[in-house]
Amino acid sequence: MSLASVVIVGAGQAGFQVAASLRQEGYDGRITLIGDEPGLPYQRPPLSKAYLLGKISEPNLLFRSAEFFMAQRIDLVHDKATAIDRLNRRVLLAGGGVASYDHLVLATGAHNRPLPVPGAHHSGVFGIKTKADADALAPLAKAARNVVVVGAGFIGLEFAAVAAALGANVHVLELGDRPMARAVSREMSELFRTAHEGWGVHFDFLQGLASIEGDNGRACAVVTSDGRRLPADLVVFGIGVIPNAQIATEAGLEIENGVKVDTYLLTSDPQISALGDVACFPCLHNGEQPTRLESVQNAVDQARTLAARLVGKPTPYSALPWFWTDQGDLKLQIAGLSAGYDSSVLLGSPQAQQLSVLCFRGGQLVAVESCNRVGDHMAARKILARPARLSAAEAAAPGFDLKAWEAANRD
Amino acid sequence: MPTLTFIEHNGTEHHVHGDIGQSVMQAATFASVPGIPADCGGACACATCHCYVDEAWVGRLPEAEGSESDMLDYAFERRDTSRLTCQLWITAEMDGLVLRLPESQF
Repeated sequence: MSLASVVIVGAGQAGFQVAASLRQEGYDGRITLIGDEPGLPYQRPPLSKAYLLGKISEPNLLFRSAEFFMAQRIDLVHDKATAIDRLNRRVLLAGGGVASYDHLVLATGAHNRPLPVPGAHHSGVFGIKTKADADALAPLAKAARNVVVVGAGFIGLEFAAVAAALGANVHVLELGDRPMARAVSREMSELFRTAHEGWGVHFDFLQGLASIEGDNGRACAVVTSDGRRLPADLVVFGIGVIPNAQIATEAGLEIENGVKVDTYLLTSDPQISALGDVACFPCLHNGEQPTRLESVQNAVDQARTLAARLVGKPTPYSALPWFWTDQGDLKLQIAGLSAGYDSSVLLGSPQAQQLSVLCFRGGQLVAVESCNRVGDHMAARKILARPARLSAAEAAAPGFDLKAWEAANRD
Repeated sequence: MPTLTFIEHNGTEHHVHGDIGQSVMQAATFASVPGIPADCGGACACATCHCYVDEAWVGRLPEAEGSESDMLDYAFERRDTSRLTCQLWITAEMDGLVLRLPESQF
């Protein structure tokens, strides 16, 4: 099954990687990579941290140079896909053009959930998704005195750490009762809360945003859901994302928290695949439950699996999910998915800001969260990629060492 | 502009111009040197930009620090000369640096 033409909609991490991996796999047909942002494809993780601090310059955000796209014959099209014409196997573009495909790959990603409050349109109110967002935000972050961050997830906290380092008063509003509540254990949340407070960040938990007040169109304060007014010359929100599934929905593809795909990343149309932030797949590491993950690892590993299938080497997607976030001098790494864990074992010391939380479900290790314990994280990735055998009782024994256990229990 | 040489496991050489302040990984990926996936983009989170520093350069580069060294324990076939190139920042003194790629990054 040799495909003459693969069209990829979305030129983020997943879309770029599909194109690059197709060539690596020896695919010789036409590759069209459609992205609706200007410039060459770039990596997003630094946008909410190192890039804002000037530690990574603009050229170093790029995955590859312009020469790469030419040499690899990847046609980069700067346009917005507006519709899929499944009958005629083509994608319609906002600019009036069309892209015909033998196989279509949807790597459309996700967009920020908007702030549903009065005043969200004022200038000085930012989500962080694109390089354009970060470029507009960077000078304001350097000048801001009072910053309000809405949402204590990864993006919000990464930015809170940046703003605190730049000298602003930082106030974080969070509807939940602790930071990163959806992603990490209570113990890890506590470590990060303490660290952020040490950097001068103030938290308001169980607290929403009621409105944003403006002065001549510029944000100047926020009002919390319990009616307090906080001065804010900059408001940054990170309250989750919504998968960009509109063209897939309109084309009649099956939708379930994003574009529904099977274990081979194929949609309900055999000529269309989806991956990355937009795709909801049966995750082997989550009891084969429909799962949508927003991460670099997921984008990259799914892209490799998909590219291999498109050149005739189909394998079910089975990679272990892993995540990271850098906040100040803390590196949090998560291996596996901890949803529904029922017991945990702690290694290290929260006081020393070096902690691993081993999460067990029904006696099986399902995830390991590590703060500044890189060795534990890498060991956990090895252990979790194999059939689980480490018991909670074993891990709780005095002097237990995850790296040593991994080394002693290799196949 | 320092010139770096990457030698693939099959012996193919790539001569790459790097910018001072850029990481060695960034110079390599930007020049499309194959065999350096650098999945995490330079966050020292994946250990897929692993290279061996040529013997002639041992002792002439800053030492691998904590998290890089911990990650290297899980790189494919770590040796004494192993480095994660995303943590090596290019300086003028690195002109002529030779790095050899491992057989695999996984």
